[in-house]
Amino acid sequence: MTGRPDQPARLPHGGRIDRTTTLRFTLDGRELTGHPGDTVASALLAHGLTGVAPSPYRGRPRGIVGAGVEDPGALLRVEGSCAESMLPATTVELYDGLRATTLSGRGRLDPTPDLAVYDKKYVHTDVLVVGAGPAGLAAAAAASRAGARVLLVEDRPDTGGALLATAPGDGPEGAALTWATATRTALDAEPEVRVLTRTCAFGAYDGNYVLALQRRTDHLGAAAPAGVSRQRLWHIRARQVVLATGAHPRPLVFADNDRPGVMLAHAVSTYLHHYGVLPGRRAVVATTDDSAYATAADLAAAGCAVAAVVDSRPELTDTAREFRDRTGVPVRTGSAVTATSGTDRIDGVAVRPLDAAGLPAGPGEELPCELLAVSGGWSPVVHLHSQRQGALRWDADLAAFVPGTAVDGQHLAGAVRGTYDTAGCLAEGARAGALAASAAGLPATVPAPHRPQAPAPVRPLWLVPGDGDDPAAWDTHFVDLPREVTVADLHRAAGTGMRGAEHIKRYTTLGTAHDQGRTSGVNALGVLAALRGADSPGALGTTTYRAPYTPVAFVALAGRETGALFDPARRTALHEGHLARGAVFEDVGQWKRPRYHPRPGEDMDAAVARECRAAREGVAFMDASTLGKIELRGADAGEFLNRVYTNGFKKLRPGLARYGVMCGEDGMIFDDGVTLRLADDRYLMTTTTGNAAAVLDRLEEWLQTEWPELDVTCTSVTEQWATVAVVGPRSRDVVARLAPGLDVGREAFPFMAVRETVLACGVPARICRISFSGELAYEINVSAWYGQAVWDRVEEAGRPEGITPYGTEAMHVLRAEKGFLIVGQDTDGTVTPLDAGMEWVVSRHKDFIGKRSLSRPDTVRADRRHLVALIPADRRTRLPEGTQIVDRGVPLTPQDGPVPMLGHITSGYHSPALGHPFALALLAGGRDRIGDEVVAVVGDTPVPVVVSSPVLYDPEGTRRDG
Amino acid sequence: MLQLTCPWCGPRDETEFHHGGQAHVARPADPAALDDREWAAYLFFRDNPAGPFAERWVHSLGCRRWFHAVRDTVTYAVLATYRPDEPRPGVAAAARPEGESR
Amino acid sequence: MSTPLPEHPAHLWRTPDPRSSYDVVIVGGGGHGLATAHYLASVHGITNVAVLEKGWLGGGNMARNTTIIRSNYLWDETTALYEYALKLWETLPGELDYDVMFSQRGVLNLAHTLQDVRDSARRVGANRLNGVDSHWLEPEEIAEVCPILNTSPRSRYPVLGATYQPRAGIAKHDHVAWALARSADAHGIDLIQGCEVTGFVTDDGRVTGVETTRGRIHAGRVGLTVAGHSSVLAERAGFRLPVQSHPLQALVSELHEPVHPTVVMSNHVHVYVSQAHKGELVLGAGVDGYNGYGQRGAFHVIERQMAAAVELFPVFARAHVLRTWGGIVDVTPDASPVIGATPLENLFVNCGWGTGGFKATPAAGWAFAHTLATGAPHPLNAPFSLDRFTTGALIDEHGAAAVAH
Repeated sequence: MTGRPDQPARLPHGGRIDRTTTLRFTLDGRELTGHPGDTVASALLAHGLTGVAPSPYRGRPRGIVGAGVEDPGALLRVEGSCAESMLPATTVELYDGLRATTLSGRGRLDPTPDLAVYDKKYVHTDVLVVGAGPAGLAAAAAASRAGARVLLVEDRPDTGGALLATAPGDGPEGAALTWATATRTALDAEPEVRVLTRTCAFGAYDGNYVLALQRRTDHLGAAAPAGVSRQRLWHIRARQVVLATGAHPRPLVFADNDRPGVMLAHAVSTYLHHYGVLPGRRAVVATTDDSAYATAADLAAAGCAVAAVVDSRPELTDTAREFRDRTGVPVRTGSAVTATSGTDRIDGVAVRPLDAAGLPAGPGEELPCELLAVSGGWSPVVHLHSQRQGALRWDADLAAFVPGTAVDGQHLAGAVRGTYDTAGCLAEGARAGALAASAAGLPATVPAPHRPQAPAPVRPLWLVPGDGDDPAAWDTHFVDLPREVTVADLHRAAGTGMRGAEHIKRYTTLGTAHDQGRTSGVNALGVLAALRGADSPGALGTTTYRAPYTPVAFVALAGRETGALFDPARRTALHEGHLARGAVFEDVGQWKRPRYHPRPGEDMDAAVARECRAAREGVAFMDASTLGKIELRGADAGEFLNRVYTNGFKKLRPGLARYGVMCGEDGMIFDDGVTLRLADDRYLMTTTTGNAAAVLDRLEEWLQTEWPELDVTCTSVTEQWATVAVVGPRSRDVVARLAPGLDVGREAFPFMAVRETVLACGVPARICRISFSGELAYEINVSAWYGQAVWDRVEEAGRPEGITPYGTEAMHVLRAEKGFLIVGQDTDGTVTPLDAGMEWVVSRHKDFIGKRSLSRPDTVRADRRHLVALIPADRRTRLPEGTQIVDRGVPLTPQDGPVPMLGHITSGYHSPALGHPFALALLAGGRDRIGDEVVAVVGDTPVPVVVSSPVLYDPEGTRRDG
Repeated sequence: MLQLTCPWCGPRDETEFHHGGQAHVARPADPAALDDREWAAYLFFRDNPAGPFAERWVHSLGCRRWFHAVRDTVTYAVLATYRPDEPRPGVAAAARPEGESR
Repeated sequence: MSTPLPEHPAHLWRTPDPRSSYDVVIVGGGGHGLATAHYLASVHGITNVAVLEKGWLGGGNMARNTTIIRSNYLWDETTALYEYALKLWETLPGELDYDVMFSQRGVLNLAHTLQDVRDSARRVGANRLNGVDSHWLEPEEIAEVCPILNTSPRSRYPVLGATYQPRAGIAKHDHVAWALARSADAHGIDLIQGCEVTGFVTDDGRVTGVETTRGRIHAGRVGLTVAGHSSVLAERAGFRLPVQSHPLQALVSELHEPVHPTVVMSNHVHVYVSQAHKGELVLGAGVDGYNGYGQRGAFHVIERQMAAAVELFPVFARAHVLRTWGGIVDVTPDASPVIGATPLENLFVNCGWGTGGFKATPAAGWAFAHTLATGAPHPLNAPFSLDRFTTGALIDEHGAAAVAH
């Protein structure tokens, strides 16, 4: 049959493959060949092979069944720089050097890093057409003619759809194929039309938002160009969508219907015409409709000995008679294939006549064959319709679920509606394309509706009974091949008392394999209907389809958002300097903050102790740029702050700053920070680092939704400023040197004052006397552009005092020694300002957000958890953060029941200034326990600790002013 | 992926917005005058209908302004969007597909 | 060859017609409703009970969740509830004579920031004193438990450690629902599917029955266990719940040979994943932001989740999303459930489980059965009253706010 001895089933002519080029590939260690245009499946069949890996649970031989995404069984692991764990062999395009192994239903993930690039495109279009068969091509052409921007996506490498499985030449299909080729060429030439092949529209979401995955280099193997993304995820927002997604063929359910050599008739035609492969030299065709006669004729024309067409319908249809008369192939009407024989491959089928009830009756015959092409009808590919909540209805004439309700902005054409004839597809496509363009607002001429041909009669065979009359014995009547669900399994499920199809699917796991039941779902309903004596599968309800239509790799959805690009990293203007200094960073929100600045040989403890000492005894400086900064302007800014903060802000004078706490309406601390009054109508609020965006959001929310009458504008200026905190008893000297124009005297520049000045280096600066350590301290704010230069000047100016950079860890120690809380560390959304011991910041005279919540029964409980300090009784044991606290004498015997807990440690450090470890804790009734001993459970060890007021260092506040 | 029409910016993808819960719930003028139950109703209790729902959205990645929408929480159809100072428009519930499987 | 899942029993339940009156009517035939029915019969001897399900048994969130079971919550009240559930899970397969494929493979909750580490230490400490098996693992110990996890210090958010609860795990959700349903049915409880409650029969503030699509049914007590639809039914009964219904999406991959031996959850990188018995990866993440009863969400949520999955598990790069779906989660202000009385006498509610419902199934059923049988809460569910939203005694399981100075 062919000139190539290694591909005995390859036809000498025809197909869309390039016979002049030979590709070599390896499957399960076996060296094979093929041609450009082949899939692994078609190349395998060209060798006369059909078998793939055995079934997963029962180890039954399995073969190639389909020719596309509907194939239920032929799975591959494809080797590569990172192996593809599981792909259908019918969709893997052949390239030279491909290496693959067949899989029994389970993939094996490759631990090798995937270095390929995946990207995403976001596009808008007037009309998206899904599927480039005759209906889709006609729709795209019509929409384009109307002036629409058109995107046409097709899963397969070629446009043409089902026409690719038909005979080229002079007949009507040949003419259609010629039209399809010309239409594609014309579409490619249109500037506002884009045709994407190898692109599967897999998900349809609200507002005609469609996701499609384009396979850009998978088919190229080693020839894939570097730097080109392997796969691209298209986010498509379409004004209108035309679904021309076609239909999937259905197999038949009879004994041993899983034997290799049993194939879908449509797939057989595809292998003949698309790939130039004859999947068997001796065949039987079994059908319930007219569509398989084309396959039978194609087989006969290709030199295959077709033993018979076995047709379930009692009468010869016109198509059947014409076929019989033309080919001389016998047609067994009113009959069915009831079983197959063979070992690793089918070698014959049993055919028996059916009675009116569809039961085998009368004597049968055995027909030898190596190929059984089956057609159990068609299932329209309604997935993208159903994903948009389009309902489905059972069409008894078609024996199929078809779209039953309209989806806004979605049009349907061709086989997806059950229109299977080419002329009908072309007409429906043209109309759908014009309707879509028109609905997208373009002047389209919409042709009249196509008057569908009356479909040829169909006699579905949901279940060809096996031997005996007990379905429990029909355990080789496969309904779902990959899940190995048989009629016996469905019978058992139906006997449990379960009624709903959804229950029975779950009971049997039917439809859950990689093919998502494409060829088994409707048949299962048919089998259940047959077992119950119901009329039709439609009586049992429909399936809801869910994205994706075909499996999509995790990494393709991740796109570029992996590694460093997983989340943006925010760096301050001073970051490069910190890096150069060897700082160790921590993640705070999206920010990278220096945690400490170790000197050679120092561990964290040593570095932090040194940094703390510098701040307490000399001078130290840190990058405080990450604090959120929000500028509030307007006549009512003060009034607004007065409502937002728990303390009063009305009396704050320009040039001064004030600490404030803000709560949620639930009365729990939400954020805190210092707000500067810059002018009568101008404030600068600082927030915690991680909460800046949330605070701004809330301010905007209150302003816009509750108090639109207030004249306030909020602007985030976090990134515009670099902030250097200069801290310590010697800080005044350093700042004086930095800002010679500024009077830094105790009285001239008091605590919480704000000054605008120009630094010695010429940089304008805003300097505040704010302290988060209890020491004399200044915060120098300059334009972020000058941040690094000013940092360097600070370092230079402080050199005589040995100025020391410090990080967040030392900052934490210093503030905790003073009992200053950190929102989110010492609070957790359940702490009120009163719990935190901040009565002084809670106004009694005004309302503020959350105030009412502070007088609820639970928030006035005396035994609420209060913020206190703890000191280990031995003054040695470190108190780790998170440690739970119990009362003295409580046995630590959780095995006998929960041990009552009093609270937990929120912050815990060694204090160089105090000379011992300490902690802050939230402790039940803590303020009433000052001086008492309680027990911190460190690991599983009880550590006695003494409760103290949270301010351990300089409680009199003598150091603040230097 | 919803598409919402910001009253100021026009139609935009859902990813530009944040949902803000039920609309037209005013903060009590004098919280101190409310008893615990009334205050709790304001704090924690919101409508949660299956069907048209007047809700707040903010165009976080756009103009950063708040607006209101009436959206069907079953079909997700956005039936109307409007400025916060406008009253809730009268809209009919979106048509539901017939013969839903459940 | 692969090993098939264990076979289900040949008989599960009857399909009775509703009678005109029951001692107890449970509205909602999901996991919680079925567990309530099971314990009403098996613990309290109350069998004149109907479970009314508008769709199919176990077909709501029960059929849609990612089946994680753990009890390492933060607060004592919640931990007690989930730990009680976990203990029941440990004996449930035997009690129900049904292999629900409860697999105690452990759960890792990852810490990626210093605040995560503090919160984790706090939770481990609280868990241990509450009798919950909970440990802190350093990155190198994590790598021993789950070698495929990316513990590189060069990640965008490196794994700084994890809490580990060895007794946590997964179970097969359908098996659980059917096991409970079979038990309830065997006790004579009527499981009535395709029966929607359309209203409540009241007499002077007392509920005396329900109106359904299959007629009026009288009841001594009525319990609502309808998860995402709780607000809708409460509205029909004339009261409000502090609950908002949101879509929560999840997905599975195709089957793979075993690669992921435990359950991993990351709040910060925002994904949770296990590998189910057949070999599929099961993943979930956060809820969609808007209210929704559509059992579906938006795709960008899935994309973000996949980025997180690949970031944490590079080996998942070429696993494929096979199927996505959505449930309707009923979210409360404090992320803790409501189990107890309603403003109407004889009407009780069990709702607000958010994303935690599946793991609590047996304890929720246990406590709710007690509440329905006695008219008063069990100590397990007493803290979870509706009243707490008035007093302010919330049980905040959102975890600490992720902010720091």
